[in-house]
Amino acid sequence: MTDFLYHLWTVTLGTVTDVLPIVVIVFGFQALVIRKPIPHMKNVLIGFAYVLLGLAFFLVGLEEALFPLGELMAKQLTDPVFLHGSHQLAEVLRWQDYKWVYIFAASIGFATTIAEPALIAVAIKAQDVSGGTISIWGLRIAVAIGVGAGISLGTFRIVTGTPLHYYIIAGYVLVMIQTIYAPRNIIALAYDSGGVTTSTVTVPLVTALGLGLASTVPGRSVLIDGFGLIAFASLFPMLTVMGYAQLSRWQTSRNHVRQDDTGD
Amino acid sequence: MPVFLRSIVDSFRDLLPIILVIAFFQLVVLQQAIPNLGQIAVGILMVVLGLTLFIRGLEMGLFPLGESMAYAFARKGSAAWLFAFAFALGFGTTIAEPALIAVAAKAAEIAAGANVIEQSPESLASYALGLRLTVALSVGFAIVVGVMRIIRGWPIQNLIIAGYLGVVIMTVFAPREIIGIAYDSGGVTTSTITVPLVTALGVGLASSIKGRNPMTDGFGLIAFASLTPMIFVMAYGMVV
Repeated sequence: MTDFLYHLWTVTLGTVTDVLPIVVIVFGFQALVIRKPIPHMKNVLIGFAYVLLGLAFFLVGLEEALFPLGELMAKQLTDPVFLHGSHQLAEVLRWQDYKWVYIFAASIGFATTIAEPALIAVAIKAQDVSGGTISIWGLRIAVAIGVGAGISLGTFRIVTGTPLHYYIIAGYVLVMIQTIYAPRNIIALAYDSGGVTTSTVTVPLVTALGLGLASTVPGRSVLIDGFGLIAFASLFPMLTVMGYAQLSRWQTSRNHVRQDDTGD
Repeated sequence: MPVFLRSIVDSFRDLLPIILVIAFFQLVVLQQAIPNLGQIAVGILMVVLGLTLFIRGLEMGLFPLGESMAYAFARKGSAAWLFAFAFALGFGTTIAEPALIAVAAKAAEIAAGANVIEQSPESLASYALGLRLTVALSVGFAIVVGVMRIIRGWPIQNLIIAGYLGVVIMTVFAPREIIGIAYDSGGVTTSTITVPLVTALGVGLASSIKGRNPMTDGFGLIAFASLTPMIFVMAYGMVV
């Protein structure tokens, strides 16, 4: 219990130091440049306290409960003994043998993205600004599908050992093509969703998966092949978010056509 | 307090997919019991409580703060101060980012392993610090460019495509060891506190400037902040 409280205390101190530069910059500019008091100062301060405390609880809870198990799981799933069914170790592994790794990567990528606080923040803003055309859950699910697909493909890349930049450059080309066809007002949000997906929850678990995989697949170097999963996780949501906007536009226009039909 | 209870339930629902995925893989695929059930239950409660508090704080503190600063700068009408603020915010939030500190240390190991730098603690530390400064500068630069885009109303895709071309060109010339780290560094720079603040700033700016649409022009700052570090980190890998 004392360990636990000590952990909570150090993590809270850690979030305070993280947020210190932001506080200094924001309040410094407010006092020296804008020279007006912040409106609803008391609420803003309480809000800051909630954010700090909330983030500390969130991190400690993850570290106590989910990360150890998730990281252990990533190690076990990439272990050759598990992949082989323990008796025929001499056989060479093919990429198909890693099917549980791909499925785990996809589902953990999806699940951690749904819980990502930064994405919730952006989704709330997007729903406000779009007047409800973009729903909080629609955006979050679209991004989560993108992260799941991206990380799954990323693990496939580590297993096969193909160079990272081929995938990323191909992804860029797809993003550019889709940008031409996507509704104009979604583009900035879609580009943003690449960057917000990967913070508190996703990065530690995904990094553990990548490093575990790179250290057990024969012929892979941890340093060269272990990285790059985050890059996949930031690329694919752009595609799925633009896809989500295209899909809802298509659905709306189809509903209009139906209404016109019944109106005749 | 039904509102508070309601948001607790919402947070629990946000977390449910992770719990299901971990339980499924542990029980069905790996066929093992779940260890330390009590500890896990306490942890999950804390995560739920933390998420609830965070979202409440977001709506009370970070969103209104970002917006009110955007309005204040727009009223003041001084672009120079706005750019200074944008740069400071990007640089300041990135230099202290724990994820970046971890990545920079890893990158120093890689560089030493490839005999790019000396294998001594001092040269490792100075390489890592240089990398952190590089990324922080690139994020500061990115937020300035992003704010300039909002003010002028440039279409975001032109700038992003130019950035992608930059990434592709740099990939050709950068040492192979740095590429994975560089691509990942784009994702680690934007923390959970920076994202809401920067988003509120962008949306606030776009709503207070005539002729800008908050949806089309307000978003996009995060996109720049995740793109420029890739280019700058590869450049750092080539120079050092």
